[in-house]
Amino acid sequence: MNTAPILHISDVRKAFPKPDGGELLVLDGMNLDVSAGQIVGLLGRSGSGKSTLLRLIAGLAEASSGELTYLGQPIYGPAAGIAMVFQSFALFPWLTVFENVAIGLEAQRMAKAEIRKRSLAAIDLIGLDGFESAYPRELSGGMRQRVGFARALVVHPNILLMDEPFSALDVLTAETLRTDFLDLWSEGRMPIKGVILVTHNIEEAVLMCDRILVFGSNPGRILSEIKVMLPQPRNRLDPSFRELVERIYVEMTARPTGAAAAARTERFPGLGIGSVLPQVSSNSQAGLLEAVAAAPFNGTADLPKIASDLQMEIDELFPVAETLQMMRFAELEGGDLRLTEDGKAFAQADQDERKRIFMRHLLAYVPLAAHIRRVLDERASHVARKSRFIDELEDFMSEEAAEQTLRTIVSWGRYAEAYAYDDERATFSLENPT
Amino acid sequence: MPSMSEAVTTRRLETFGFLRDLASRWDLAAFVVVIGLIAFLGEAARGLFAPLAQLDVTPLSLDPIHLPEYAARTTLRMFAALAVSFVFTLTYATWAAKSERAGKLLVPILDILQSVPILGFLSLTYVFFMSLAPGRVIGAEFAAVFVIFTSQAWNMAFSFYQSLRTIPTELSEAAESFRLSPWMRFWQLEVPFGLPALVWNMMMSMSGGWFFVVASESITVGHTQVSLPGVGTYIALAIEHKNLRAIGWAVGTMLLVILLYDQLFFRPLVVWVDRFRVEQEPGARQPHSWVLTMMRRSRLVQAGKLSFHAVVLWTSRAVKRSDAPPIEAVARPKRSLDLLWVSLVGAAVVLGLWHIVAVLIANTSIGEALQVCGLAVLTMLRVFVLIALASLVWVPIGVWVGLRPRAAEFVQPIAQFLAAFPANLLFPFAVYAIVTWKLEPDIWLSPLMILGTQWYILFNVIAGASALPAELRYAAENFGVKGWLWWRKVALPGVLPFYVTGAITASGGSWNAAQVTELVNWGNTTLRAHGLGSYIADAAVAGNFHRLVLGIAVMSLFVVVINRAFWRPLYYYAERKFRLT
Repeated sequence: MNTAPILHISDVRKAFPKPDGGELLVLDGMNLDVSAGQIVGLLGRSGSGKSTLLRLIAGLAEASSGELTYLGQPIYGPAAGIAMVFQSFALFPWLTVFENVAIGLEAQRMAKAEIRKRSLAAIDLIGLDGFESAYPRELSGGMRQRVGFARALVVHPNILLMDEPFSALDVLTAETLRTDFLDLWSEGRMPIKGVILVTHNIEEAVLMCDRILVFGSNPGRILSEIKVMLPQPRNRLDPSFRELVERIYVEMTARPTGAAAAARTERFPGLGIGSVLPQVSSNSQAGLLEAVAAAPFNGTADLPKIASDLQMEIDELFPVAETLQMMRFAELEGGDLRLTEDGKAFAQADQDERKRIFMRHLLAYVPLAAHIRRVLDERASHVARKSRFIDELEDFMSEEAAEQTLRTIVSWGRYAEAYAYDDERATFSLENPT
Repeated sequence: MPSMSEAVTTRRLETFGFLRDLASRWDLAAFVVVIGLIAFLGEAARGLFAPLAQLDVTPLSLDPIHLPEYAARTTLRMFAALAVSFVFTLTYATWAAKSERAGKLLVPILDILQSVPILGFLSLTYVFFMSLAPGRVIGAEFAAVFVIFTSQAWNMAFSFYQSLRTIPTELSEAAESFRLSPWMRFWQLEVPFGLPALVWNMMMSMSGGWFFVVASESITVGHTQVSLPGVGTYIALAIEHKNLRAIGWAVGTMLLVILLYDQLFFRPLVVWVDRFRVEQEPGARQPHSWVLTMMRRSRLVQAGKLSFHAVVLWTSRAVKRSDAPPIEAVARPKRSLDLLWVSLVGAAVVLGLWHIVAVLIANTSIGEALQVCGLAVLTMLRVFVLIALASLVWVPIGVWVGLRPRAAEFVQPIAQFLAAFPANLLFPFAVYAIVTWKLEPDIWLSPLMILGTQWYILFNVIAGASALPAELRYAAENFGVKGWLWWRKVALPGVLPFYVTGAITASGGSWNAAQVTELVNWGNTTLRAHGLGSYIADAAVAGNFHRLVLGIAVMSLFVVVINRAFWRPLYYYAERKFRLT
């Protein structure tokens, strides 16, 4: 097999300009080579820039600096040999299955007969025989994503990009599609040389990939690379499989050491008012605290274990766990979630006591909440407009992130009864609603 | 790959008998319809190139036997205008959506144009178009088509613009990553995506257009009288002759025409565009159309469709494809070009302002301007009072009907039909009544303003009440919420977003209608209500240019301000607070 990389990425950086003239860094120091015969997984939580990297490779966006080359050529705009499968399928609802598959070839102005031949072959390969004249709305989710695969394969790409292709499907359908894909891949029946798979599902990554790049956030960067040497087909119950999953959890919960920790806010040590707060309700926090406090965990939970117990993917579990860590209700380390004394107390307490504990931690460990409270206390009217805080937040983050952060802080503050918020007038105040 | 377990089958079994291979009966039906259409168009277009004098030689007759021809002429004008509006929409809206620079100006222009009372321009556009084709009927025809166009185009362009701006990111990325050329992208992604909303707006435009086509066929500009053969002119003639029976015939004809184009044109279109909807969940109820079924089963029509598709693909291939340019070049427009654009726009604004001011300062006084504003306030009062009255009547009825699916199914089409019906055809009956019973025109002419537009309130409220989730109604019942409390806490908040939408449309329509309802004739009797509408109508008849401009300017100003200061905030409020997602 040819070992020269098909895709070469070095020192790629992506930032978006902010209205105040600064910039928002979403990807930094990306280095990656993809060789023929590999399935490379980009694993990370939302906001870790893995989808952004995929779009850079697809030519749908442009890097701020650094170099991306495909077969030695720099990537400007979508390249002919790179095709993409989308998370929500992105089928054209007004085109039939056949027309959807053929569109990439139409765009290349291929001869009619050739288009027909190749489209039918792709439809056949992916198991869509008999569905040629159906419209996407007539198909189930699984069949729609098969069309997505056929549409990408028909252009005979060298690299297939997959953006969480199974995450919009139910568990059973996703599993069927994964196995079918791996079968075709291992039998070499697909006209592709390499695959890049974006996912936030650790087991999916271990199941499918030869290499897994674990992404961290703020800014998005590669934390570590893990080679998966297990033979295909892989078994989820195999101890070496479980071990690898466990190891990735540990990687993803590792605290950055030394200088790196000070520079990055991801683990919350230097948390200021400019941190983006996740959309995690007080209910989810209470729920996870209770689950970890109860048997069989009794205060310390192994993350893969509790993820499968609660049927949560890392995308759902990590934000809650990290919020608990930020609020000092729990410690997150070595793939474990361990409750603090106050975390345990919260889990045992009644409603009023919970609110008191929550209020204390909110004002002590979430600077934005403390800031809002202080502003309200200082003003004679005890009223402050929302726009004032939005403006402050937008010095640090995008408009969207500022809105979301404020929604979160409103909801936490309401639960703690630290302050009140009137959506109609868009103002914070200290008085309780009547 | 293993066999599929999903229970979806789409294969259609088709058996071909040898007779069927020749022509199906749907082919025959389609053939008749197509040929009939051609004949109709030929007949209707025959008089276009006749000299204008011919209109006087063959005067219109009140004999109902001519009504089919007149109706055909009127309908043809409508569709001509609709076609122009469609082309305008695809170009203007695309330009506005694709060029950020142009969009900054084009979108507000659309917004203003939507609020300008077009009827007032009637005489101006006639003068302009007649000068293009002096002495020919076609000049007047162009003017009529243009007036209808101005009543149809804006909301269509707006809807397409909105669609272009809201194309789902993934679809757009898919088009880009499979390297569709811009031309292909336009026909394969953007137009199909915008079509459902566009067709809905075309129906609204068509309804609105009838009002103007009737008003625009017979017009006096200064001392020239232009009467294009059509239903509008027929009505005008009937009014002149005080012939109530002829008016009855015209009303009947219009009912038939509206029914026909709805069944033959819009129903098939609505059913057809249903497939373009992006929400891919199988809808609860799919619309049906017998005409579309016929067209789908007919091989003739299929062949036509396929050839259109082939043209799209062929042009897609023929248009030269540039290799994807670096994204950066597209993303950042040049500063100097920006500056040039801004200064061009600035110059145009200054020039326009100067013209308006020159016309107004030279010929009018502050006193007159104030007087016109006073008249505008009168008209505004009428509009608001009437909207309030109509709401009092139609909101409870709409809620009652909307909550009963059986009744809604029956009433909803009627309400939509009534909204489409050109209410000005009915004015003569009301005027006859006012003249006969010697009623006060200042009060009794007013209801005419809302005669055609109140139905928007009704059918929007019905739609809102039908959309009220059954669970909410059960909950209200379960907790014993009844009577006034039920209206206050359940029904009214539930339908408010829909009601506001309807009321905005009704209000806009009423302002426009003011120009034909505040000044009406019956034979040689003229009834006048004091207001801005009659002021503009007077100025138009007298050919008094500066008064016309003043009247239109004030009316535009009032409509824009009322929309911005009252309706729009109300709409956003209702959307935010009461829209059930």
